[in-house]
Amino acid sequence: MNKILRFSTASLLAISGFNIQADTLSDIQTRGNLNCGVTTGLAGFSAINKQRKWVGLDVDLCRAVAAATLGNSEKVKYIPLTAKERFTALQSGEIDILSRVTTWTLTRDASLGLNFAGVNYYDGQGFMVKKSLGVKDANDLNGATFCINKGTTTELNLADYAKEKGFKYKTSITDTIAQTKSNFETGRCDALTTDQSRLYALRTTLKDPSSAIVLSNVISKEPLGPVVRQGDDKWFNIVRWTLNAMITAEELGVTSKTVDKPSQNSEINRLLGNTDLLGERLGLDKKWSYNIIKQVGNYSESFERNIGVNTPINITRGLNALWKDGGILYSPPFR
Amino acid sequence: MFGFLNNNKIRFVLFQVLAVLIVAYVAYYAISNLNYNIERLGIRSGFDFLEVRAGFDITEHLIAYTVDSSNLGAFYVGLVNTIVVSVIGIIFASILGFIIGIARLSSNYLISKLAETYVEIFRNIPILLQIFFWYNLMLISLPSPRNSFDFFDKVFFNLRGIYLPKPIFESEFSWVVIAFFLGASLSFFSKRFFSKKHDKTGTKQRTWHYHLLSLLGLPLGVYLLLGAPLHFDYPSLQGFNFEGGLSFSPEFLALVLALSIYTATYISEAIRAGIESVDNGQKEAGLAMGLTQTQTLKFVLLPQALRVAIPPIINQYLNLTKNSSLAAAIGYADLVGVFSGTVLNQVGQAIEIILMTMAVYLTLSLLISLGLNFVNHKMRIKGLNE
Repeated sequence: MNKILRFSTASLLAISGFNIQADTLSDIQTRGNLNCGVTTGLAGFSAINKQRKWVGLDVDLCRAVAAATLGNSEKVKYIPLTAKERFTALQSGEIDILSRVTTWTLTRDASLGLNFAGVNYYDGQGFMVKKSLGVKDANDLNGATFCINKGTTTELNLADYAKEKGFKYKTSITDTIAQTKSNFETGRCDALTTDQSRLYALRTTLKDPSSAIVLSNVISKEPLGPVVRQGDDKWFNIVRWTLNAMITAEELGVTSKTVDKPSQNSEINRLLGNTDLLGERLGLDKKWSYNIIKQVGNYSESFERNIGVNTPINITRGLNALWKDGGILYSPPFR
Repeated sequence: MFGFLNNNKIRFVLFQVLAVLIVAYVAYYAISNLNYNIERLGIRSGFDFLEVRAGFDITEHLIAYTVDSSNLGAFYVGLVNTIVVSVIGIIFASILGFIIGIARLSSNYLISKLAETYVEIFRNIPILLQIFFWYNLMLISLPSPRNSFDFFDKVFFNLRGIYLPKPIFESEFSWVVIAFFLGASLSFFSKRFFSKKHDKTGTKQRTWHYHLLSLLGLPLGVYLLLGAPLHFDYPSLQGFNFEGGLSFSPEFLALVLALSIYTATYISEAIRAGIESVDNGQKEAGLAMGLTQTQTLKFVLLPQALRVAIPPIINQYLNLTKNSSLAAAIGYADLVGVFSGTVLNQVGQAIEIILMTMAVYLTLSLLISLGLNFVNHKMRIKGLNE
């Protein structure tokens, strides 16, 4: 009996000792890979290509984080999540980073136990309609039915917009992007509304892309960015500065092709860890930023490769150009 | 020292107490761990969010709801939608299941084989796939609002849903309702009167015209006397969509269709089992006593068959109600879709919201079980176990 008692006390104590660890960096370094939450498939941002690999702007961010922390951008496990699963997956520790076209809002920042580590795409909510409908402006959409992806800020923005304009409207709300798109194609709704970048991406995947147009109206601010759990500032900094490294690399003209060339520019040398060893302050090795730029590229390379004008998605830089090129992309200095 | 352990009674109690303590400790541990982690991660907790403005719209709402309603309002909308889809699904599944169950026992080879094929196909395909199938089939095959199927310009059917004339009751209509209840009670008492008379004298009288008169004639008379206090609001195409009238979305239709077709297979099997459980000798005995075919079915076979069939049928009602939560997949605004979908995403309090959702389904299931117990009690063989 004593033995049993001792055994059970010991095992109960053992369970009590178990709590979620708050050191994400050492967790992924022991595990050997990064768990990255992405969309269930959104061309240009996170989707599986013909070679059965995940590609996209959001995927590149995860690859960059893996390059910085593990030295290898391929060591990422992608976990496709629907919009309504995403925050729970991050809160519960199933993923280390959520890089899934997620809008930064006050409520999400303050009440979900999460932190937004920056903005990797400045977006705004827009509308896509069938050409045959003859609608040229969002003001003509009074009384229309809208297709929406469930669990997004889109629903709230549309409600605000309709209220402001005094519109009556109906919705068809679905869980997956594929079903939302198919509802738009069959005519379940008159207009599909979501962030404009996604509209362009979705349009390329329609059976007949030329049958639909994206209206120029933008009804909201949608800064999209990577999200991490609150309470691990070290990890938060790593993700934030990984994104900043990509932006700064573009600013300094460092690309995956030129990164190996020796440079006299002291900013470039600081960025690449040749001087100052900024990586160590983040708890990383000195080659962290070199690995990001060598393996993934700078922001511009990632943008043009995934969603730029030479891709089917065909988005111009616009707001997402560097501050010195007329956009609002700006990184604090590497110093 | 531990001699008392050999006492059976003490050991019995001791182990029970131990078991309870362990369960209590595990529960305590789980909850405190949860609280600790919520605190540590800075996740907001509590039920304050229910009072917060929801800020999103729900197209299908049977109770008052606007963008400015609270999250609790959204919860009620979802709850009502869940109940509506379950009740309508249960009605259609019962009708269909009853017909198929009888059809399977038909002596007509074609009919019974058709019924069997139906059961085997729809029972063996996961319900979620069936919901997607009917939904997408509906969207692909139905016309756009401008080319709707049109029945006498009053009823329209297109891929945005079905649009029916909506009855508008004027205040005088309440008299018609009162007349109906009066007629119903009249019908009830006349039935008792005639069956008492039948018990006493043995004379059998045709009574259906009394029932018809009191059930239909009386309300109809009052309705006409008051000058027909009821008119209809007809749907009409305005801009993008039909406005006015009473409408059901394709999501709702697909869900009801899939749930009824799926659940009907199980109900039909229960009906068949019930009827087959009654010994053939019962039927022969009934006929030998001089009862007609219908009377034999009504007084001898069905009461015994239903006693066997009803418990599994009510279990299927329970399953249907739980399966209705799959509505979220096609975007019907049920409790799971609205509350643990959109609301959860806006406020992020997964634990509170999922707990509330689970509590609702648990309550609905327990209510149905309560109904089952009541029916079981009513249907039990009198004189046994008393």
